[in-house]
Amino acid sequence: MKDQYRLVEFNLNGKDVSCMVDCRASLTDMLRNDYRLTSVKKGCEVGECGACNVLIDGECFNSCIYLAVWARGKKIRTLESLLGPNGELSDIQQAFVDETAVQCGFCTPGFVMTAVEILESGKVYTDDELRKLLSGHLCRCTGYENILRAVKKTMYKRNGLEWKEDN
Amino acid sequence: MYDMKELYEAFSVEEAVKLRVEHPEAQVIAGGSDVLVQMREGKRAGKELISIYLVDELRGIRIDEEENIRIGSLTSFSHITKDPIIQKYINVLGEAVDQVGGPQIRNIGTIGGNTCNGVTSADSSSTLHAWEAVVELTGPEGVRRLPIKDFYIKAGTVDIREGEIQTAILIPKASYENTYGYYWKYAMRNAMDIATTGCSVNVRLSPDKKTIERARIAYGVAAPVPVRAPHAEAVANGAPVSEETVGKFALAVLEDINPRDSWRAGKAFRQHISVEMARRCLRASILRAGGAF
Ligand SMILES: Cc1cc2nc3c(=O)[nH]c(=O)nc-3n(C[C@H](O)[C@H](O)[C@H](O)COP(=O)(O)OP(=O)(O)OC[C@H]3O[C@@H](n4cnc5c(N)ncnc54)[C@H](O)[C@@H]3O)c2cc1C
Ligand code: FES
Ligand code: FES
Repeated sequence: MKDQYRLVEFNLNGKDVSCMVDCRASLTDMLRNDYRLTSVKKGCEVGECGACNVLIDGECFNSCIYLAVWARGKKIRTLESLLGPNGELSDIQQAFVDETAVQCGFCTPGFVMTAVEILESGKVYTDDELRKLLSGHLCRCTGYENILRAVKKTMYKRNGLEWKEDN
Repeated sequence: MYDMKELYEAFSVEEAVKLRVEHPEAQVIAGGSDVLVQMREGKRAGKELISIYLVDELRGIRIDEEENIRIGSLTSFSHITKDPIIQKYINVLGEAVDQVGGPQIRNIGTIGGNTCNGVTSADSSSTLHAWEAVVELTGPEGVRRLPIKDFYIKAGTVDIREGEIQTAILIPKASYENTYGYYWKYAMRNAMDIATTGCSVNVRLSPDKKTIERARIAYGVAAPVPVRAPHAEAVANGAPVSEETVGKFALAVLEDINPRDSWRAGKAFRQHISVEMARRCLRASILRAGGAF
């Protein structure tokens, strides 16, 4: 291969960055190996499980089936961008803790980033709509119900709606 | 890391065509949700790729000078579903592609990839057949257009010639005017599953909503490539809006389709659901067109 390494300039978690990346790399490879963003998990690596999910220009993508060179000019966000300056958890992460939506935690960063896209839309969704929006993720531990509650609770709070425990 | 031999990157249609001519062995990669998975599985391992994913001129939907709905080949499923032109004139296409995979797949998957893969189960393909879409290809000799039914040659093979890429899918005005449709995907799971069978129907009713002026129906996974059901269409065309018409139409599809036994479902089961899907889709289309039973 002639020019195996290519210059890729993009915005990562709010900072402009550039990287000489192997053109055979997936975006997961680049985020984990070059930037040590280990919230981006390798699960299936064929687009089925959502463990590697990140936000690209505000939309969710499975980074395992996204070439690293496609990051050119994009705004990419990973779970690491949600933490406060002293490592404080964001509301959606705290809701995952409070609702016991985390067991082994492998699926969690992917789910949380999809939740961020859902929450940033500013819309209030029904349970059925939320289930569909979350359906690109597999969780082998929690049984999904607590994840749904964590997202719904945060959606209610951000939209100024009253949250009751039996919602 | 992907096991690819070389990655050529195009940023315009012109560059893509040039790369296609220079590297006839190389395979086009758009969103990569088929290509990269097959590369991982080993089926496409060690191949050269031409990436067209960053050719932004191939994204977006508009009404062109001839009043066709023009969908750029790189437009993602989620952008098709959200598009106001699609919602106004061919909502069923937006609904069909909203049943592909899950949200992340709908953000990466393109309509070009969904048709160029030549796969019968592709969720956009039955609707595009039922609406007589036109495929636009651009190559070294310029632009070529052909009806989608001629684009599909056999399972997994479509009519893309040397140096060409698909640049758009067009829906002609005569096809979308006053037309309402419905798509049914039958799968084992609500998300992240491939259709056992997919059925797309659309109708245009007479002004008094009592007669079916034109009915069109197409299936995915009823044959090696997506197919129309002309016998069923002949039964419905010009017939009164009634339960009887819907019933006859649905049974007539059995003269047209030839589903196979596979690990997903048996032939008899596919035939059974095909009839039921035809019935439900025609009923729903008629209701959407303002008809009543
Ligand atoms: C987890 C998962 C779930 C899925 N679920 C579904 C589903 O429910 N329904 C469904 O229909 N599909 C599904 N798919 C398949 C896939 O997402 C779609 O077929 C998608 O439309 C492919 O588009 P792409 O841009 O990613 O294509 P690519 O993988 O880039 O390309 C597909 C093929 O088309 C060719 N090609 C692409 N664009 C062009 C062009 N413009 N010109 C010439 N050739 C071109 C490529 O060479 C390749 O042969 C799924 C895939 C995954 C990974
Ligand atoms: S690791 Fe990317 S979807 Fe499973
Ligand atoms: S918490 Fe273990 S996979 Fe979801």
